Amino acid sequence: MGKILEAKELKKYFEVKAGTLHAVDGVSFSLDEGETLGVVGESGCGKSTLGRVLIHLLESTDGQLLYKGEDITHVSRSKLTDLRHEMQMIFQDPFASLNPRRTVFQAISEPMEIAGTFSKKEIDERVYEMMDTVGLARRLVNCYPHELDGGRRQRIGIARALIIDPKLIICDEPVSALDVSIQAQIINLLLDIQEQRKLTYVFITHDMMVVKYISSKIMVMYLGQMVEMAPTNKLFEMPMHPYSKALLSAVPQLDVDHKHERIVLKGEVYSPIDPKPGCRFAARCPYATDACRIAAPPLKELLPDHLVACHRAEEINGL
Amino acid sequence: MSKEPKLKTVKRRSMGQEALNRLLRNRTAMFGLAILLLVIILCTLAGVICPEGDNAQDPTKTFVSPGAEFLFGTDNLGRSLLARVLYGGRVSILIAFVSTIISAILGIILGTVAAYYGGVVDDVIMRIMDVFSAIPNLLLAIALAAILGSGVFNCMLAVGVAAVPHFARVVRAPILAVMNEQYIEVARSIDAKDRRIMFIHVLPNVLSPIIVQATTNLAQAILMAASLSFLGLGVQAPNAEWGALLSSSRQYMRNYPYLTYIPGIAIASVVLSMNLFGDGVRDALDPRLKY
Repeated sequence: MGKILEAKELKKYFEVKAGTLHAVDGVSFSLDEGETLGVVGESGCGKSTLGRVLIHLLESTDGQLLYKGEDITHVSRSKLTDLRHEMQMIFQDPFASLNPRRTVFQAISEPMEIAGTFSKKEIDERVYEMMDTVGLARRLVNCYPHELDGGRRQRIGIARALIIDPKLIICDEPVSALDVSIQAQIINLLLDIQEQRKLTYVFITHDMMVVKYISSKIMVMYLGQMVEMAPTNKLFEMPMHPYSKALLSAVPQLDVDHKHERIVLKGEVYSPIDPKPGCRFAARCPYATDACRIAAPPLKELLPDHLVACHRAEEINGL
Repeated sequence: MSKEPKLKTVKRRSMGQEALNRLLRNRTAMFGLAILLLVIILCTLAGVICPEGDNAQDPTKTFVSPGAEFLFGTDNLGRSLLARVLYGGRVSILIAFVSTIISAILGIILGTVAAYYGGVVDDVIMRIMDVFSAIPNLLLAIALAAILGSGVFNCMLAVGVAAVPHFARVVRAPILAVMNEQYIEVARSIDAKDRRIMFIHVLPNVLSPIIVQATTNLAQAILMAASLSFLGLGVQAPNAEWGALLSSSRQYMRNYPYLTYIPGIAIASVVLSMNLFGDGVRDALDPRLKY
């Protein structure tokens, strides 16, 4: 299993009226084929922007992006077309992500139509095959999005992303707009498809339970920076960054005997516009010292495969 | 897997056919279309219905009230109003349609380009449109007609160009809104090019305001052409045109009101039928309104 996607110090800044907004600020990771990287963090932490930079909907400001070892940080229009056949995106809101004037068939077949290299018959066959794969009844082929429920619409989004056989799928909160019962169906569908087609996922979400279920490793983001990255079981067993600890403590537990203290964060989130030097979590961190407010903590590999960006991580976790 | 016909494919519906069916089922729209067609057919057959032409004068029969001899009566020169309304309709309807098509095409192109590319392009186009909007529509048309000279075609051009800023504005705003929709981002993510996004994802979703603007514009175009004719910049004097009929009969309105009623009713019926039909087309093209 080779590396499929590698990001090095990826940055995305937006120029806004008040200054420079650091949406993604130095994110690095590498992803093997067949793996699922879960990206978690609160609203506004830059996780969706990261997804859009990965798929080239947004151009990165700085850093490097490699696909199968090839530099794809800046690509030409024709190269981008090739890339789109390799990576696709599933969007958050199944209501907003479908054109209300296009039928199910038109929505699913569009990537093939744009590619322009398929015959009508091929497109027909592939669309029906795809509808079977994602569990959409064939009789729905002529429906418009407003006639379908959220789960079915998201299945359309999945079918559309899969129809040209990509290798990497960026899932931007694909289930957060759905009912809980339907969430489970869609997640299981994504897992089944991953197994059948040997897909690699980047799974962006704020739901810790979903990310635990689907990911092989997890990146925790806070204000554009990654604060912790570890294989899923290690992160859930022993979160090392104070922010990850707080995030995990907010997940409801079924085990009544298990005593767990809810860590409630106080203080305000720093503005991502022209951020102050020092650790961005310092204002809300129960362990913050003066040193934290002066210098930003580097990412350190404290345990094998377990990266943390915190000055006091060793101390706090008793290492 | 018992009876489920796994490989059965469902016949796909054709979009155009569906829209047409919806339109045909819409009674109000069909009523509008019927009136419009009736008026157009009558005007086309003007030569058959009134073979004497629109300028045949009979000085002995001025201001004859509508009746058996002259269905719509006669005017101050003893010309049959029926003939003048029918012949005038040819010009009026033509001006209305052609000028609206001119303004719609120019306005849609400018509004779309401004909204799609944004930034400097948007600023330049819209500021020019602002300059044009600052001049009252009629004044603008008068200025254009004065530059171009009188005549039916120049009249269409003047009326058409004067309405371009309205169309550009009406088109630009909803496009800006649709461009922020997530399905546009989705289209980019599946490698759709600018032109495809524009014609398949954006324009179909902004059709409603465009159609509404076009149907109201038809009415305004007839009235503006009338004003131009009245000022001698549009259709020239002896030739009939609805607006010109209306304005020339204004001075006899007190004693012979039918002279204004009849061309007025003609304009109103055409405008109303166009509005009804336009609404029907708008609804037919929107799959969400299907029930």
